[in-house]
Amino acid sequence: MSTHTISLRVNGQEHQLTVEDRRTLADMLRHDLGYTGTHLGCEHGICGACTVLLDGQPVRACLVFGVQADRAEVRTVEGLADGEQLSDLQQAFSDHHALQCGFCTPGFLMLAEAYLAENGTEALTEEQARELVASNLCRCTGYQGIVEAIVATARARRK
Amino acid sequence: MTVIGARLPRAEDPRLLRGRGRFGDDFSAPGQLWARVVRSPAAHGEVRELDVAAARAAPGIVAVVTADDLPRNPVIPVRLAIAGTDLSRFLQPVLARDTVRYVGEPLAVVIGDDPYACEDAAELVGIDIAARPAVLDARQDPPRVAAELTRGYGDPGAAFAAAAHVVEIELAIGRHSGVPLEPRCLLAVPGREPGELAIFGMTKVPVWNRDLLAGLLGVDETLIRVHAIDAGGGFGVRGEFYPEDFLIPWLAIRLGSPVKWAEDRAEHLMAVNHSRQQYHRIAAAFDASGRILALTDDIIQDNGAYCRTHGVAVPELTVAMLPGPYRVPAYRGRVRVVLTNKTPCGTYRAPGRFEGTAAREHLLDVAATRLGLDPVALRERNLLTRSELPHERPISTLGTDMILDTGDYPALLVAAVGQAVRLGYRDLAAGPGRRGRRGFGLAMFVEKSGLGPQETADVTVSRSGAVHVYSGGTSLGQGIETVLAQIAADALGADPRAVRVTAGDTTAQPFGAGSWASRSTVVGGSAVHQAALAVRRRAIELAARVLEAAEEDLDLAGGTVSVRGDPAASLTLGDLARAAAPASGYLRDGEPAGLSARRRFEVSHMTYPYGVHAAVVEVDTGTGRVRVLRYLVAYEVGRAINPMLVEGQLRGGVAQGIGGTLLEEFRYDEDGQPQAVTFIEYRLPTAAEIPPVDVLLCQDAPSPGNPLGVMGAGEGGISAVGAAVANAVRDALGLPGSVGQLPLTPARVCALAGSIAGPVSGGPVSGGPVSGGPVSGGTA
Repeated sequence: MSTHTISLRVNGQEHQLTVEDRRTLADMLRHDLGYTGTHLGCEHGICGACTVLLDGQPVRACLVFGVQADRAEVRTVEGLADGEQLSDLQQAFSDHHALQCGFCTPGFLMLAEAYLAENGTEALTEEQARELVASNLCRCTGYQGIVEAIVATARARRK
Repeated sequence: MTVIGARLPRAEDPRLLRGRGRFGDDFSAPGQLWARVVRSPAAHGEVRELDVAAARAAPGIVAVVTADDLPRNPVIPVRLAIAGTDLSRFLQPVLARDTVRYVGEPLAVVIGDDPYACEDAAELVGIDIAARPAVLDARQDPPRVAAELTRGYGDPGAAFAAAAHVVEIELAIGRHSGVPLEPRCLLAVPGREPGELAIFGMTKVPVWNRDLLAGLLGVDETLIRVHAIDAGGGFGVRGEFYPEDFLIPWLAIRLGSPVKWAEDRAEHLMAVNHSRQQYHRIAAAFDASGRILALTDDIIQDNGAYCRTHGVAVPELTVAMLPGPYRVPAYRGRVRVVLTNKTPCGTYRAPGRFEGTAAREHLLDVAATRLGLDPVALRERNLLTRSELPHERPISTLGTDMILDTGDYPALLVAAVGQAVRLGYRDLAAGPGRRGRRGFGLAMFVEKSGLGPQETADVTVSRSGAVHVYSGGTSLGQGIETVLAQIAADALGADPRAVRVTAGDTTAQPFGAGSWASRSTVVGGSAVHQAALAVRRRAIELAARVLEAAEEDLDLAGGTVSVRGDPAASLTLGDLARAAAPASGYLRDGEPAGLSARRRFEVSHMTYPYGVHAAVVEVDTGTGRVRVLRYLVAYEVGRAINPMLVEGQLRGGVAQGIGGTLLEEFRYDEDGQPQAVTFIEYRLPTAAEIPPVDVLLCQDAPSPGNPLGVMGAGEGGISAVGAAVANAVRDALGLPGSVGQLPLTPARVCALAGSIAGPVSGGPVSGGPVSGGPVSGGTA
């Protein structure tokens, strides 16, 4: 099994490490670098709990190899809050009861964060938010709070 | 000040939103080894040889164990024993030795220093199994019956013979399960003493699991500490004692190293308890006016290969709860628990009620058609009225007598139908479908909650004034930390944000009974309420000494005890904790230190919440797709500690119910190979399949059985989804009889649409025999 030495930034923090070529980005983040907020729900790219931003784009970290993040900028759920202050999106998730067990939540947050960063100037309808949210799985909430939280954040950011 | 009933933000949220939750796989220990379970590739057969030599020699592998390495071949006992059933011959060994009985049954464990290496080595284990025929249909003749249960009373035979109308249907409920988003994970860390273990990953019933594990390992139970962790959803399946719950701790002790195991999704879908699969033949006898004279149900439960920790709890709950909220003069329910070569079954949210409610409520809609009655009117005619409650049924369930304790069933039905009309359900269902035919369906149900026998809580105030609650419940996503904090804060006159809840640590709370059966708020909350009241009395007693005041002149509010009329003379709870500290001059000789109390809340009877579900669906008769357009849950909860959380439980339950009614199904091929081992085949609903759910939350019938007046809320969101959606699809298609089978997959819906193709094509665009009936009953 060959290994590679790579460097990357995670939430602004520089990291250099040596990884097996087959090691997933998710396992690398969780077990080599300690970013355990990225969760693995299926390891085959369906549930989206492991969604992180790779150079600004949402990816399933279970379907990306760690070596593919060489020289990349990775953003995980740990990078959303400003110190102890929750981000507006995180706060909206709490306000709208958009999480119960919280296992899928990091994936939904990163998915929505990427969408809002890219489309923040446009209005987001509930139907569009629902379509966005349909790319990830949640087993607890029935999705209603997640949709409401993302719509509310989009509305607040446009103001 | 009361914080009960307030929509407070959840205490759990900040850590979970920041990625600081601590789930199973987030725990690691220095020097930890990883385990990978080798599972049977065959549904049924004789194990001729397990060749582990190559796996043992693989790089990074420390050990490979099989059944031959076990100290004795332990089997996992039943947790919920039902009197009169002996399941000892059907229990699952932790590793199969001679015979395998389902695909996914554990055969061996590979242990190494890296999970990838373990997975590689597991594939090197040579498995030679002489296949035997697999039993895959529980209805085969003769069935392999593990247990047969009958519940009932009266003389149904005579009632059927004398009836004006007899209506019978068949309904099969599909095999599906809880499927929490976090797979199972377990870390066992040996300690300094022989047999000492720290366990991370057990939830739901940690004290029971600790005691069982201690017995299997032959060690004192207090040597084992199960730690409180975050769990990524429970739903009944997570936290039961599975083979891995013995194997991982046993390996940690045997190898003298921490051992961690994290299952993958494919393992989860074939190893964790399945549920639900039942075949109902249900019949009701009516008099000429539509009053129920008798009800019978003959059920076959496909239980899979073994009886697990739930024993026969699911089939027992099915037959015990089947009569629901109705006046049923004579009843007989029989269920045969049949073994097949599939994953064993256990409980899943609303066990037995999802299935039984579907059968009964679907029967009532078919009966309404046959009798020419409106489905709502038929139900109203047969619901137990307020004056008939409490209603004792001569049936026991889970070892308790069934006494439907409180409520007004007809009033809730009226309210629910009225709400559905106000929200436009009737118009929507009657309107032309965009991509198919629309229908409306409704179902009513009784839930159960607050199973005893007890829960224990410790409440203690620390020197900073923080209030600590140590509960035997566990945090599974339901918000138990928030709810118990609200209950403690209310009783103690404290700020709920100053309350810290520890749920599920077996050392911090060694007498806990766990979080299941919608019991955490009812039983666990009542224990916290009583313990917090005791701490309140203790605080007043101590304050009287410190302030040299009479206890009756003291008030406790806002975390402060003060002398009435003299606000300057006051002490915070933190002051009083210091006054109660060891060596405090305020303690009397021999008086124990601490501002704390332990209380045990006992219940002998469950409390029975109830509700109504209503759905509007659109059925595409071309593709067979069923879309749920609107969904309403009306639910009587007695008293909501935090209504936001109750609504969340109900909405989440509906989503799971829609999954089990339309999408989710564990199918097997003719050799017993599971066909749903990824999320591509096992279809959890996404936001695209789940409509916004309307909730009518009622607090009109406080439970008489506990000091808070609460009833459970964990399961009422899912109980009647199968029934309401099946009734709506039947309405949309204008079916004369039963839909026959859940889930209503596109192929089955197309077949149903085809079965009535003649009459439908000539009929109205939307609606069959009962279209428009359910909400036009005039009860609004």
